[in-house]
Amino acid sequence: MISLQNICKRFGKLQVLDHVSLDLLAGKSYALIGPNGSGKTTLIKSILGMVIPTSGEIVVDGKSIYNDWKYREKIGYMPQIGRYPDNMRIGQLIDMMKNVRQGYTKTDEELIDAFKLFKMYDKPLHTLSGGTRQKVSAALAFLFNAPILILDEPTAGLDPVSVEILKEKILHDKRLGKLIIISSHILSDLDELTTDVVYIFEGKVQYNNTIEALKEETGETRLGKAIAMLIRQKELLASVTD
Amino acid sequence: MARVIKYIFYDILRTRFILFYTFFLCISTFALFQLDSDSGKVVLSLLNIVLMVVPLVSVVFTTIHFFNSYEFIELMLAQPINRRVIFLGEYFAVAFSLCIAYLLGIGVPVLLFGANQSALTLLFTGVVLTLVFVSLAFLSSVLTRDKAKAIGIALLFWFYFSLIYDGLLLWVVYNFSDYPLEKVTLTLIAFNPVDLARIIMLLQLDISALMGYTGAFYQQFFGSYAGMLFSTSILFLWIILPLWVALRIFSRKDL
Repeated sequence: MISLQNICKRFGKLQVLDHVSLDLLAGKSYALIGPNGSGKTTLIKSILGMVIPTSGEIVVDGKSIYNDWKYREKIGYMPQIGRYPDNMRIGQLIDMMKNVRQGYTKTDEELIDAFKLFKMYDKPLHTLSGGTRQKVSAALAFLFNAPILILDEPTAGLDPVSVEILKEKILHDKRLGKLIIISSHILSDLDELTTDVVYIFEGKVQYNNTIEALKEETGETRLGKAIAMLIRQKELLASVTD
Repeated sequence: MARVIKYIFYDILRTRFILFYTFFLCISTFALFQLDSDSGKVVLSLLNIVLMVVPLVSVVFTTIHFFNSYEFIELMLAQPINRRVIFLGEYFAVAFSLCIAYLLGIGVPVLLFGANQSALTLLFTGVVLTLVFVSLAFLSSVLTRDKAKAIGIALLFWFYFSLIYDGLLLWVVYNFSDYPLEKVTLTLIAFNPVDLARIIMLLQLDISALMGYTGAFYQQFFGSYAGMLFSTSILFLWIILPLWVALRIFSRKDL
């Protein structure tokens, strides 16, 4: 459904993405893992067209996204840090988002209800706490029933009850056959939510396979341990080849 | 596009700056009309305000607005909306509100005290100058990610066109006064939108002789109407070119 072909991105001297090639398929859910600054957010932003790759092509549903914008209809995006116009209220923001996407009648307001956001419709966005901000971002990402969901650290900053609500919602949408991409550092969450692992390090895809396969390869039963093992193996390999 | 413009427009109205601007222009126009009963002289005094204040307010307001609506732009970019629509929406909303503020602030008192053709020309040049400097400010906003730097570049545009350029022109005319400079000065003036606006006004007021040799030559070369047509079309180039460059940069910018 999404295919990245040899994506490179430089910011000045810094090579953030280095020949990344990935195929992300509908019905699967991917865990995007990697240390801070490894290029996860840049990868997500290039799929959204917010960052333009230096070279390479991104194809969504068989069409290149270069100079295209219609494909974003199919994507629900939850940013890592939700930044919203300061002087708007939650209700106005949600209305605006519905308004700018023309011809949408069937919205999915389950999360707005579950997070009880309608009680805070009059709250200006600049007064929101980090957690409430995350709730707004999550509600907006799921609002349009998009077949692709990209969630950049969705559970960071949420209280335990809301984390469970959000996870429930992600699992529900996963069962509907959507393509879900989650970037996170909380591996126990990813263990429940995702089927595949994409491990990025220094702008390169180091590992891309199912979680089952990863566990089998490393002989671990928990994703956290399996990833740690994977990293250690890679380091060992690097030190040998050096 | 209309929906995007609508939201940006609401956002601008909420900051109230535009109201202050309208109020300021209105007060100064009224005051000038109180001081002098000759509307020709009033228009001439207003011209000086328009040539200095309008570009300054346009560049500063536009750059600050652009950086304050960065969140909005980011939000819209994740939606199925064309980047060009977002950018042009920003441009139209800002330009529209500044032009309306100007037209209300200067236009209403002028109409009350009796409008003549020179007053209408003043309104026209003010609107065009606003559009030119909003374009330049958008260009400086997309050139850098840093708000302070962008405001600096925008102010530099204003400084350059309002003050420095005239000095340079004078220097050229003075140093090369042994040569026939008419066509050269004419060309050089086209590179400064503020000068062009001034010339349109002076041709209209029929006091181009006051502008010395160049003014007289300009009048003679073009005659009033052709001269105005020429300056106006160059001014429109000044609106479109910076905007076009800014749009091109913005469509490839990483956000």
